[in-house]
Amino acid sequence: MSPAPLDASLGKEQAAAPSPAIRLRALNLGDRTYASALVSFGGLLLAVAGVIVVSLAHLAQPTLSATGPVHFVLGTDWNPVSGSFGALPFIYGTLVTSAVAIVLAVPVGVGLAVFLAEMSPRALRRPVSFAVETLAGIPSVVYGLWGLFVLVPILRDPVEPFLAKYLGFLPLFRGPPIGLGFLAAGVVLAIMILPTIASVSLEVLKTVPAPLKEGALALGATRWEAVRIASLPFAKAGIFGAVLLGLGRALGETMAVTMVIGNSPSIHASLFAVGYSLPSVIANEFAEATTKLHTGALAGLGLVLLGLAVALNGLARLLVGRTQRKLA
Amino acid sequence: MTAAVKIDVARLDAWFGRVHAVKGVSIQVPERGVLAVIGPSGCGKSTFLRCLNRMHELVPGARAAGRVLLDGDDVYGGSVDPVLLRRRVGMVFQRPNPFPAMSIRDNVIAGLKLNGLPRDTDEVLERCLTQAALWDEVKDRLGGSPLALSGGQQQRLCIARALAVEPEVLLMDEPASALDPIATARIEELIHELKERYTIVLVTHNMQQAARTSDLTAFFYLGELVECGPTEQIFTNPKESRTEDYVTGKFG
Amino acid sequence: MRRFRLRKLVNVTMTVVCGLAVVVALVPLVSLLWLVIKKGVAGLSPEFFTQLPTPMGVPGGGVGNAIVGTLMIVAIACAIGLPVGIGAGVYLAEKGDGRLGRTVRFTSEVLAGVPSIVIGIVAWGLVVLPMKRFSALAGGVALSLIMIPTVARASEELIRLVPRSLREGALALGVPEWKTSLRVVLRTALGGIATAVLLSVARVMGETAPLLFTSLNNQYWNLAPDQPTASLTVEIYDYAISPFRDWHQKAWTAALVLLLLVGLLNLGARVLSRNRLGGAS
Repeated sequence: MSPAPLDASLGKEQAAAPSPAIRLRALNLGDRTYASALVSFGGLLLAVAGVIVVSLAHLAQPTLSATGPVHFVLGTDWNPVSGSFGALPFIYGTLVTSAVAIVLAVPVGVGLAVFLAEMSPRALRRPVSFAVETLAGIPSVVYGLWGLFVLVPILRDPVEPFLAKYLGFLPLFRGPPIGLGFLAAGVVLAIMILPTIASVSLEVLKTVPAPLKEGALALGATRWEAVRIASLPFAKAGIFGAVLLGLGRALGETMAVTMVIGNSPSIHASLFAVGYSLPSVIANEFAEATTKLHTGALAGLGLVLLGLAVALNGLARLLVGRTQRKLA
Repeated sequence: MTAAVKIDVARLDAWFGRVHAVKGVSIQVPERGVLAVIGPSGCGKSTFLRCLNRMHELVPGARAAGRVLLDGDDVYGGSVDPVLLRRRVGMVFQRPNPFPAMSIRDNVIAGLKLNGLPRDTDEVLERCLTQAALWDEVKDRLGGSPLALSGGQQQRLCIARALAVEPEVLLMDEPASALDPIATARIEELIHELKERYTIVLVTHNMQQAARTSDLTAFFYLGELVECGPTEQIFTNPKESRTEDYVTGKFG
Repeated sequence: MRRFRLRKLVNVTMTVVCGLAVVVALVPLVSLLWLVIKKGVAGLSPEFFTQLPTPMGVPGGGVGNAIVGTLMIVAIACAIGLPVGIGAGVYLAEKGDGRLGRTVRFTSEVLAGVPSIVIGIVAWGLVVLPMKRFSALAGGVALSLIMIPTVARASEELIRLVPRSLREGALALGVPEWKTSLRVVLRTALGGIATAVLLSVARVMGETAPLLFTSLNNQYWNLAPDQPTASLTVEIYDYAISPFRDWHQKAWTAALVLLLLVGLLNLGARVLSRNRLGGAS
């Protein structure tokens, strides 16, 4: 068998000469084409992000320049007919409902994660994890349906009268029990963000090194004490990240909130009152928005929402990543 | 030994980032010879092997310098396509790595199919599997998954796969280290048969294996070639005391 | 001794409290599933899957056009989103170790957190505004933008799971890198990617907000991608917030159909991933 030379153009003298240190990266045409195709897919993803920001800003621009960004964010009047757009009631509604959701979901979600990671019998882990995954997979419009026809009547009676009777000294729990409103939206949101908080916390708690916990137990600590002095401090940043991820989801959630918050642009201290949220007003008004100013105002709300969500998610990823890197 | 020199390595250096893994190695391998490369782990023997078919450069940060001639052509010459080189210099790895998404048959002819080389696939299939001493064991389940085979069978499948592209040189990187003794013996028999046709470079940490299978043995230590010579001489009458210490089991 | 008993008491209490969290978390799940099944089954009939919606007060009718519409919108989303998402995932796994790769990876993580209603506005601006018409295409574009980042990240992870030795095995045969990547590495990861794709499809199938002002709704059968199109989720929403009792009933039944579809996709993903794991061992 007489093999063909690797390359015919390679002269004998050239081959005999000792090659200098070569930086070894020879790609043939196919590989070069493939590499540039892949890079362009990566670029496409960046372009998607760019398009989202630019097109929102472009749509919002007429209204933001007509209203002024400060009045747009801090104004309380929202009247598409007269062309005045102040987003504060929606921002308020979004913040209040998200706060209620966090207050309710964090103890339950973290408690569930701690129980599964540290206390429960092994046999329980899979079914509970499965249930949490199922909870995460239910479409938000179905949560809204359930909230509207199941949760709201329960809140109207007996929950809200009960709260008014015993906690009515707080301004939070005053006013007529309607059912619809901030409280209902907050509770539905709490249920919806629970899987996020629980599963991310669980992931973080799983990364706690066993020797850390065993060290505490070996000192005579009880299970709970080991959790308190070893696991939770180690996982603190990651759990906080989980909460922020949940918060990010709560801020942007549309359908379930729209269906139970009451959709009225007003600011009330009481959780029993009806309100409005950023995503809800976009959902309700966008299809019927006819003027450039109106769609621009709604796109402006989208921009506010985008800013909140991106900031929260970036921070959350950073925190979760930091806990997981502690191991390395 | 008067056969033509198949592989001529001169002053080969290889790095991973700042780590200097192979230092100024010069070796010649004759056509249809078997060179065994021995040495303690981390001595650069695998890196040396991977320089011969330019697999070394696939690791990020890896670099090589020096000269490797295959039939007199510099494989690091500027216009050499490493892809074409690797069709002439085949490789078998430490752990069997059959392609799990393909059948046994497709694994053998993978090199031909992926390279778009037109061949009589049935002929190639039987010939390569026979050469790899696997034909009788798998001829009834060529469509089955390679993952159903034992480790030794998988490794012979990988050898058949390497043979299918008709290389001239076969590089084997500790091909039996992940196998049991019986499977190891079969691989060694196979090396004996394969050297009738191919030039073989075998990296091994098993000195008996080197003694049993090779014509030439090279001893590497800390990236340097300590000694290279006829296998019998290396194991019975080495020139270097470090070689003697190693082959007699005083270190490593 | 007294102090020890107190510590044990605290331990038991906290265990019970955390266990209660599990119960509290399960209550809404059980309630929701139970009611959707109970109320949904009441309106279930073969016609519900095959017929058009009837006007208010007219009995019978179904959501056949919404089921078809949902499938069409999701198919458009897949046609746009899967190539880009998987392509970006291959990029991240194969060439994504540099600075550009890290930027793309971070961007895809941030994109995954963008509220879907915001994506809806973007799709409206990109498709509805220039075409001057609500359309299935606009809805599909919106859903594809939601799919891209999740599919990209999942594909990257699954491709990175393919052992390095397989790649080297192919390269050592003299196979070029691009063919190695496509026909050995990607092919090996394909089962896992299919699972991830099914999960992603299940997720976007349940999206409502980005469809409200992109694909809108439609009372009739429609297969034209440039026309307003009904979808199950928007149909559920419209029925639920209507003041009519029989429409509420339809909302529950449509919700059951949606849950069945989403559940089926999740089940498919589970079976697929189990087969893959079983086959590999």
